[in-house]
Amino acid sequence: MSKSELAFVRHEILPEQTPPITDAGIVKWLRDNLFPGPINTILTLVAIYFLFKLLSGAMPWFWNGVWTASSLSECREILNGATGGCFSVLTERWNQLLFGFKYPSEAYWRPTLAFVLLLVSIAPVLFSMLPRKLLILTVLYPFVAFWLIWGGTILTPLMILLGFVAGYVAFRRVEAKGFGTAALLGIAVTVVFWWLGGYISSAAPNVVALTPVPSRDMGGFMLNMILGTVCVSLSLPFGVLLALGRQSNMPIIKWMCVIFIEFIRGVPLITLLFVANVVLAYFLPPGTSFDLILRVIIMITMFASAYIAEVVRGGLAALPSGQYEAANSLGLDYAQSMRLIILPQALKISIPGIVNVAVGLFKDTTLVSVISMFDLVGMIRGPILASTEWNGIYWELWGFAVVLFFIVCYSISQYSQWLEHQLQRDHR
Amino acid sequence: MTEQQAALKVSDEIAISIENMNKWFGAFHVLRDIDLTVYSGERIVIAGPSGSGKSTLIRCINALEEHQQGKITVDGTVLSNDLKNIDKIRSEVGMVFQHFNLFPHLSILENCTLAPIWVRKTPKREAEEIAMHFLEKVKIPEQADKYPGQLSGGQQQRVAIARSLCMKPRIMLFDEPTSALDPEMIKEVLDTMVSLAEEGMTMLCVTHEMGFARQVANRVIFMDQGQIVEQNEPEEFFNNPQSERTKLFLSQILGH
Repeated sequence: MSKSELAFVRHEILPEQTPPITDAGIVKWLRDNLFPGPINTILTLVAIYFLFKLLSGAMPWFWNGVWTASSLSECREILNGATGGCFSVLTERWNQLLFGFKYPSEAYWRPTLAFVLLLVSIAPVLFSMLPRKLLILTVLYPFVAFWLIWGGTILTPLMILLGFVAGYVAFRRVEAKGFGTAALLGIAVTVVFWWLGGYISSAAPNVVALTPVPSRDMGGFMLNMILGTVCVSLSLPFGVLLALGRQSNMPIIKWMCVIFIEFIRGVPLITLLFVANVVLAYFLPPGTSFDLILRVIIMITMFASAYIAEVVRGGLAALPSGQYEAANSLGLDYAQSMRLIILPQALKISIPGIVNVAVGLFKDTTLVSVISMFDLVGMIRGPILASTEWNGIYWELWGFAVVLFFIVCYSISQYSQWLEHQLQRDHR
Repeated sequence: MTEQQAALKVSDEIAISIENMNKWFGAFHVLRDIDLTVYSGERIVIAGPSGSGKSTLIRCINALEEHQQGKITVDGTVLSNDLKNIDKIRSEVGMVFQHFNLFPHLSILENCTLAPIWVRKTPKREAEEIAMHFLEKVKIPEQADKYPGQLSGGQQQRVAIARSLCMKPRIMLFDEPTSALDPEMIKEVLDTMVSLAEEGMTMLCVTHEMGFARQVANRVIFMDQGQIVEQNEPEEFFNNPQSERTKLFLSQILGH
């Protein structure tokens, strides 16, 4: 074999070419996805047939829907045997579905305004491209929303806010002397401030006051939103702290976190809610009234933070140890390396899991209907279905509940996918 | 080359001193009776078979690993369990890892400015100027706004070197900096390290690049089974090794 037969030298690089026309466009898509072969073609046709039957059966129910009747029997009269939904239950009980049946109707604007403000103040947290100064709105929002929904003097939320500020100032003053002492002092200052502030706000109950609404009058979808928003936003930081605690080198902290997480995860939420409703009262001194919504918030938050802690722990475990070592070798201390290096990456990995917990938590807020709170489900099951006008109407009411929850949960899930995409840092 | 070496001066000032240091991983005795004094401006290459404890040794110097016996003094500060001391030593000692360990969620520039801003409390503008200075030095200022995932291995390792340099360390530790790189990229990283050595940086390198050892090291340390088996000037070390173990090792890595 002569040497020249083996030798080969390429002198020019071949240019890129476009794919053949038969391999592109809508024709290819149809052929690939709907009619790739005889069996798949039959399946496609069958599926189209069932879709047609489903829609042709369901659409008249929507088209013929009655929106103006004031009771189920009146609605049936109007329909006169035809297929059609009685959507008038939604229009007639609209306010009850949204706000419950005891919230004063002249104050409906307050939770509505609180809801609009929620959307505004949550935006800077969700979208990092908005100016960072808007975060001040987010910080102030809980106090404004509390005042709007529960009413009373503005001094109460103001004192709570000032208590936090005072605690923070105290913390910063002595931070150099050590994180632990500073944190303890900060908490002490906050508590003392609240205690003093309590006297001030109870001494002047009419300063810039709205009509107070007690917790037991909250209801409807508003109650689900309150519980969902508060518990999600509280359980995230608590969950992160629990996850970090579980990874801690200090055995006492570690075991406290492990026991808490494992205990909560081993108990159904519904039992925790019963504990909040009934059992907790036995442990409190007689005569003390401990707000029911607050008790429920504590229980749901505990429940959700245990789950979030485990999700975040998974994210922490997924980080290569090199990240910890690189942070350490640059001289960053524990708090700095966690905040700047570890948590941003671990939380990014945990987004799908956290959203899973958040969506589940939001839906679980309907469980409070079992301990006789009148949230959206409680309202439908109780006052509305028990009324003489609307006894026996199911599809329209439950369908409405489904739509409301779906809108919120689907938005959360879509946002999280968008966020994941935004945080993608490689191969862009 | 000899001229170059002559330019590299070694002072009498002690940068690191390790006395009688022992370390165990569980029951496994990784480091046995290590005694080592490193003077300011020294360039030391540590070689040895895998599992000989060379990485563990330099990781003990900035307390990424805890030693159980003996005394390590870095730049006059004794390494103890006191977190303040550890953080102080870590901010004086730069470290470059085999797998770069850049922070993937931060841009190249942010990788470099993070520690100066948070540890040294350097104002952001100034930290960025310092970072750009060192990125120019490792010859990749144009990548400053990219993310680590968009860079090649060699570029990432040079960023990692620049990130350490931004803390203005007195000592640099290199833990097999070229072992995870494609052959084409090894040279660009070694060039960076050579120019660093020429500026008089105190360096401890765990590496298998014997060409680098010959060119810039003023001392080569050979380790096996957790102990220092032999140390010498590079010429003597390569041409006239004393212990049988060293001879075997050199014949295996230089044999082909």
